[in-house]
Amino acid sequence: MTTSAPSPIAPDSATVSRPLVNRLGPLAWMRRNLFSTWYNALLTVLIVWVLAQAIPALFHWLISNSLLAPATSQECRLVDGACWAFIQEKYRLILFGTFPYNQQWRPLFAVVLVIAMLLASCDRRMWNRRLGVIWGVGMTMVAILMWGGVLGLDYVENSLWGGLPLTLLLAVVGLAVAFPLSILLALGRRSRLPIIKSLSVTYIELIRGVPLISLLFMASVMLPLFLPVGMNPDKLLRAQIAFIMFAAAYLAEVIRGGLQAIPRGQYEAADALGLTYWQKTVKIILPQALTIVIPPIVNTFIAFFKDTSLVMIIGIFDLMNASKAALNDAEWRGFYRESYLFIAVIYFVFCFFMSKYSQSLERDLKRGHQH
Amino acid sequence: MSTAEAATATDPNAGIIQMIGVHKWYGEFHVLRDINLSVTKGERIVLCGPSGSGKSTLIRCINRLEEHQKGQIIVDGVELTGNLKQIEAVRREVGMVFQHFNLFPHLTILENCTLAPIWVRKEPKAQAEATAMKYLERVRIPEQANKYPGQLSGGQQQRVAIARSLCMNPKVMLFDEPTSALDPEMVKEVLDVMIGLAEEGMTMLCVTHEMGFAKSVANRVLFMDRGEIVEQNEPHEFFNNPQSDRTKLFLSQILSH
Repeated sequence: MTTSAPSPIAPDSATVSRPLVNRLGPLAWMRRNLFSTWYNALLTVLIVWVLAQAIPALFHWLISNSLLAPATSQECRLVDGACWAFIQEKYRLILFGTFPYNQQWRPLFAVVLVIAMLLASCDRRMWNRRLGVIWGVGMTMVAILMWGGVLGLDYVENSLWGGLPLTLLLAVVGLAVAFPLSILLALGRRSRLPIIKSLSVTYIELIRGVPLISLLFMASVMLPLFLPVGMNPDKLLRAQIAFIMFAAAYLAEVIRGGLQAIPRGQYEAADALGLTYWQKTVKIILPQALTIVIPPIVNTFIAFFKDTSLVMIIGIFDLMNASKAALNDAEWRGFYRESYLFIAVIYFVFCFFMSKYSQSLERDLKRGHQH
Repeated sequence: MSTAEAATATDPNAGIIQMIGVHKWYGEFHVLRDINLSVTKGERIVLCGPSGSGKSTLIRCINRLEEHQKGQIIVDGVELTGNLKQIEAVRREVGMVFQHFNLFPHLTILENCTLAPIWVRKEPKAQAEATAMKYLERVRIPEQANKYPGQLSGGQQQRVAIARSLCMNPKVMLFDEPTSALDPEMVKEVLDVMIGLAEEGMTMLCVTHEMGFAKSVANRVLFMDRGEIVEQNEPHEFFNNPQSDRTKLFLSQILSH
């Protein structure tokens, strides 16, 4: 460029300088990104070699050597490919547990309904009272589908529930109840009222100091010891309560982090306008605090979604436990890889979606009000 | 409710704000010492003094963002005590503008202005919005109503903050160094709005270092140092004929350049 005299800023398209865009050819791109230094070159070669080993082997196992439905377990054992016939044989047991076989359309509908409601809740335009109504009606329908006993549906005890609907219900109900509870706990921990504060602190520290497994054990084994004979709240409910208590304590600490990130000026401005404590909290503080902690909240949600699999230690047949049950069939014993891969994919789809959604939500909420 | 009765029984001509023998400590630090101040309706007071002299603390006691430990503060006939209802009653009538604006970043300019009228005054939304637009026009930024605070300049944000306070139709406005955080070229646009307010008869208490503003608008200038009101006078006398040595020193420091 010439170093001409500083001209007055004129919208002359010829002189407007554009940002330089470097177009790289494929060779130049590779040199810059893959072989820029000797150790990067070494890493590139190493990674290509590993992929060259792994991908064909995986392809053979997953696809070309795998066996589909008409194959029997004996045939499967003779080849070194995946036995998808096993999944085809057992998928209903894995997905729906021991729910009566000819009634399994009911948990299927329940799952579809829950997923539909979750998707609807993702849309921010739906965040109003209507969403509460949708969930109220939806969960009632889910309960009717799962339990039955009305509308001509056979009654199904919840000890027979299992698989994906159970995992989803534990996670969705658990987090839906734990989340508002955790907000109250986080606010309580920051309260100026000594009793509320110490109750919140004690609760959070006590629950956080105990592994979820031991809490589940306590809920399942110890609780009945303290209750009068004959009064035996059901196992699933006890697990759900333990799960809620645990999630609430963890989420409370995450939310407290968000509350602490709000500048004092926001509290003062709200106070100076004469807002009451709850108006200030609901209208000013929480919207900002929760936006800040979306990533760690989703992180916690994802962790707890997977932690529902711990209920298997007290004999509840969630997705994880149901897949183990499928392996207990003497004829199909040993097809662990197929079984775990199958449920891993299911867990992954849900968690990946949560992660993607949180990223888009973060972008949406930050747009417009950059600090 | 003996305190309320005592408060309402005070002399109506005594002034809209009364501070009687007010003391405050931060730990061991005596930040306000025996403050006695009476402000009549429509009066415009400028507080000045070196930093740490307690001037911000003084006006923050008037809407109880800070708690005083001794003495009495009575605002519009209501005494400030620990009683939350009375504090909220005072805050409804006293607007405040902060050094760092403290707009709500997650709400639009219009929502910033209508929030308190809708939730505190229980005004219908349409009415609150009409009032908000009126005041946004007065601070000359109605076209920004649907933007977020982060999209505005400092001077514009401070004018919104003033409009937000005015929407509550306050009887008193407190300004806590409203121009200190602004770039120099934006100070005037905020001061112009404040001068306009003063001309309309708003009761104002303003902590500021803008001595030009003090000279042109104030009825009374208060000089504070080490937690005390050292001197107070009408602006002409205050600047031309300061009495105490501390005032003279302060004025020589801020007016010398």
